[in-house]
Amino acid sequence: MQMSERAITRKPKLSLAQKRGLTGWAFLAVAAGLIIWMNFYPMVRGFYIALQSGVGANMQFAGDLNFRRLFADPQFRQTISTTFLYLVVQVPIMLLTALALASMLNNRNLKGRGIFRTAIFLPCTVGLVAYALVFRQMFAFDGLINTILINVGILETGHNWLGTAWSARLVIILGLLWRWTGFNMIFYLAGLQNIDRSIYEAARIDGANPFQQFWKITIPLLRPVILLTAIMSTNGTLQLLDESLNLTMGGPGITSRTMAHQIFATAFQGNPNIGYASAMAFVIFVMVAVLALLQMKVGDKR
Amino acid sequence: MYVFLAIAAFLSIFPLLWTAISATNSSVDIIRGTMLPGTYLLQNLNQLLEMADVRTAFINSARNAVLLTFCSVLICSLAGYGFEIYHSKAKDRVMSMLLLSMMVPFVAVMIPLFQLVSNMGLLDSTIGFMLPTLATAFLVMFFRQNIRSFPHEMIEAARIDGLNEISIFFRIFMPTMKSTYAAAITITFMAAWNVFLWPRIIMMDPASITMPMLISNLTAGYVTDFGVIMLAVMIATLPTILIFFFLQKYFAEGIAGTIK
Repeated sequence: MQMSERAITRKPKLSLAQKRGLTGWAFLAVAAGLIIWMNFYPMVRGFYIALQSGVGANMQFAGDLNFRRLFADPQFRQTISTTFLYLVVQVPIMLLTALALASMLNNRNLKGRGIFRTAIFLPCTVGLVAYALVFRQMFAFDGLINTILINVGILETGHNWLGTAWSARLVIILGLLWRWTGFNMIFYLAGLQNIDRSIYEAARIDGANPFQQFWKITIPLLRPVILLTAIMSTNGTLQLLDESLNLTMGGPGITSRTMAHQIFATAFQGNPNIGYASAMAFVIFVMVAVLALLQMKVGDKR
Repeated sequence: MYVFLAIAAFLSIFPLLWTAISATNSSVDIIRGTMLPGTYLLQNLNQLLEMADVRTAFINSARNAVLLTFCSVLICSLAGYGFEIYHSKAKDRVMSMLLLSMMVPFVAVMIPLFQLVSNMGLLDSTIGFMLPTLATAFLVMFFRQNIRSFPHEMIEAARIDGLNEISIFFRIFMPTMKSTYAAAITITFMAAWNVFLWPRIIMMDPASITMPMLISNLTAGYVTDFGVIMLAVMIATLPTILIFFFLQKYFAEGIAGTIK
């Protein structure tokens, strides 16, 4: 706003182009200021807090104490490996499924495209807490999944899905697949619409089967969109919290707890230790940045 | 192919369908595995209203989400317009810098943000709720990408007609870009309605509770009645599903405009 006022008061001295330039800055100033204030400033501030230790107002400078403690902390290490398990298992399955679904739905001769698309996207309209609770009920000991499995005869007695480490993690992965596959599919569908259909025609005439078309045409041409979704999914998985907190409550023990859940618990539950929590948060930031850079390096290769 | 798609569609819809059915059944029937709508809806509703202040939570969520969506879409569309219509090299550089904020995970900034909002006395307030996501690089980029298809001649024509720059934005640009706005509103409202972590941190007073917090508390407490929980989940989900069905056409167009 300040800038537009200046533009008006100095009107006679400014050329039209300069005036337009300043008007542009005025249009974007509020958003730019807010993004800096709400993202970059707290990032720096968070690093500063990570160098301190203590409780409440009694914070003291502690140097790299929090960071040294971090690498020896078995709980934090466990949440790191759990989070990476989710990342490594869930993200590739989800992106491949989304790609397969999108390329099927891109077929113009397919009947009921709109219905399929809406149905598969529908989970994205459900909030994270809401779907976490639905899955929690479905996989409860006396829940739907056990009832079905027993009735069909696969299980003799119910399996304690959320009370067993491996299956609690599996349920989180299934939940993530359910919630996010359609979201990524929409991005791929949008990307596919930009690919010229004549390329596929030509490939078909040359005798390429649908599989070859998928690997040789679709994937290379969608590379930028795939890169975008891979970065978004990685970013999202490393910050996973709502599911861990609401679906499994991190349990049994802390076996399905994510890094972000661990930070939340350290900063806001029990005896809050915001210095230590900030150090953990900084580690997540570094991981997100490093993985994004890596993906861009790999994704840009042609 | 149809089989694969049908399975995917079925798996996507089934949990929601089951939620809706369960909301009308008693806990005992749900455990028995009923797949038919029951007659227990009103009992579940009465029990839910007795146990939790759904009205307050719903009103809070609606107010927070509507205000955040309105302000955020306005601020970010102004910025996207500024970046694209008054395009310059310096502005491009600022935009790339702002995009870096998408790499900043929310958990990495939530502690300083909590202190900031707390020091400003904005805990338990809608402004405190709105502040961190009032402007997001994603939404600015979303508008900027979609504005690329906006005909610049319309702006020139309006300038010749003597409209000033801000009126061009409100009177010419906004009405023309209805579908982009619809998509932005859908995306922003869904996120604002469903956000859990941030209100969970800053809303201390039970009177400021939001819908996601309410349903989270239901299971964390002693409520084990499946029917009641599923009804609460349904209530928390309906607004976003409705918005999606009304605006879904624009939503897909908006995403397509971003990827181009």
